[in-house]
Amino acid sequence: MLSYALRRIAGFVPTLLVVITASFFVMRLAPGGPFDQEQALPPAVRANLERLYGLDEPLTLQYAHYLRALVHGDFGPSLRQRDFTVGDLIAQGLPLSATLGIAALLLALLVGIPAGIVAALRRDRPADYCLNVFAALALALPSFVTGPLLALVFGLYLRWLPVGGWQPGAPRYLALPALTLALPVAANVARLTRASLLEVLGAPYVRSARARGLGAARVLWGHALRPALTPVVSYLGPAVAFVVTGSLVIETVFGLPGSGRYLVQGAIDRDYPLVMGMIVVYGALTLSLNLVADLLHGWLDPGVRHE
Amino acid sequence: MNEARAPRGPGWWSDARRRLSANRAARGALALILLIALLSALAPFVSPWSYDSIDWRHLARPPGRIAAHWFGTDRLGRDLFVRTLSGVRLSLLISVLASLVSLAIGIAWGAIAGLAGARTDAWMMRFVDVLYSLPYLFIVIILTTLFERGSMGVLLLSLGAVGWLTTARIVRAETRSLRRRQFVEAARALGVPPAALLLRHIVPNLLGPVLVYATLTVPQMIVFESFLSFLGLGVQEPHASLGNLILVGAEEMESAPWMLLVPAAFLVGLLLSLNFLGDGLRDALDPREH
Repeated sequence: MLSYALRRIAGFVPTLLVVITASFFVMRLAPGGPFDQEQALPPAVRANLERLYGLDEPLTLQYAHYLRALVHGDFGPSLRQRDFTVGDLIAQGLPLSATLGIAALLLALLVGIPAGIVAALRRDRPADYCLNVFAALALALPSFVTGPLLALVFGLYLRWLPVGGWQPGAPRYLALPALTLALPVAANVARLTRASLLEVLGAPYVRSARARGLGAARVLWGHALRPALTPVVSYLGPAVAFVVTGSLVIETVFGLPGSGRYLVQGAIDRDYPLVMGMIVVYGALTLSLNLVADLLHGWLDPGVRHE
Repeated sequence: MNEARAPRGPGWWSDARRRLSANRAARGALALILLIALLSALAPFVSPWSYDSIDWRHLARPPGRIAAHWFGTDRLGRDLFVRTLSGVRLSLLISVLASLVSLAIGIAWGAIAGLAGARTDAWMMRFVDVLYSLPYLFIVIILTTLFERGSMGVLLLSLGAVGWLTTARIVRAETRSLRRRQFVEAARALGVPPAALLLRHIVPNLLGPVLVYATLTVPQMIVFESFLSFLGLGVQEPHASLGNLILVGAEEMESAPWMLLVPAAFLVGLLLSLNFLGDGLRDALDPREH
């Protein structure tokens, strides 16, 4: 287990470095710059601006500077949002984005696992079919469709929840966004739980547990459920990546002031430090959560460690 | 001589076709896809309006029979029937082409990795793993912002660039099991060069599983494309795509819910039927597993 964990952890920094390097150079090589406007700036002003932000240096030197600042936790100033550093901008929105993501993941697990258990126990009965249809819908539809539709039904017609926007300290505003983000993940979790629980329930050791006269509940909780949840745990990695990217969309759909919007806006504005900061933070987040999921998987399923 | 006259059983493809046409969900899905495609092809001829013509007398009009605005109009008085269907046409075109791009990359990458030695293989697949562990959206967003926004070629490339990972994995696994088969060994022993080995002996045998995955790639590409347009990075106004129509519809849904519901309904119908068709194809082509 230790060597598996070390191998996984050792892969973390190089992967992040590759991501940072690739996005740094790819973005700089693209045409267009942060100071392109409808009306071109006078060359002298432009040259001054570029010198101020160090954009006149050779690219490799800029890269070295960027990495050195990054190690000290400095993401640099935003080129377009005056008076803000990238760190400030991201730190403002990140708590909300993180709350949204965690709420969605928890919701998905809390809904998906019981739904999968019910479907497996009631195999080929109406409850199972219902779940199947729901899961197919939730998986096929992107969140920018389900989001507005849910807002239309629960926000505008039923008036149970706010349509969008955000007020600090009012979790009601997170309900619809978290639900929208959780739906596809819950569907996948339910499907995985159902399939693997059915497989486990047919295994010889479960049959022998039944033959010893254990009740259905004892068999399920004591013997079948834990091994049946291994595929769900290994799905957590991709689920985390999905939730992290998904939150970008959800924040746009529901007008939440999270940090997600800075990626798109920064990319359109060619605000290099802002986009880089988003990539570093979200990339590190995804990679470390993936790492946690991998370690959990290795701990539950010893076979994985020796791949 | 005798061999030629031996009775021939039904081939693999005709078996698959029979199984597919016995699958009611897949048949219905195929019919719906054809209907939507036909409708989107005919829309310019049926309706008097075009996707960017403005009808000043009917701004934000709900669906009805007035002035042939069957699905209503948007805030600028543009006909939603024509705009939605031209969005469908664009989405279908982009997603099919992007799927082809990603298939080509995936097949080439996977087959080469599968045939190459252990070290090359490990490096190539490690690269795929790294890309897999990243949120694909970052890559697409960076790629689309690199060049002029709304350029179709860039859109295709960036969509294709993220779609090939799973194809590459499937192809590599199949290739590795194929390369140990006798006909491949025989071809190699006869001195067939690697490129010909790949194109003549490996790739044709990969088509079954790849085809199944390809039909599931198309709806994924539709989602990516409409998603980029939703963020304002894909298809640009005045051109319509399902993504930017839904974006406008979501903004207007309090006063004009049809602007959201019409394009959303088409997107939902298209995605569900493509997914059902893909599932049906998988069951038909690979009867062992299901």
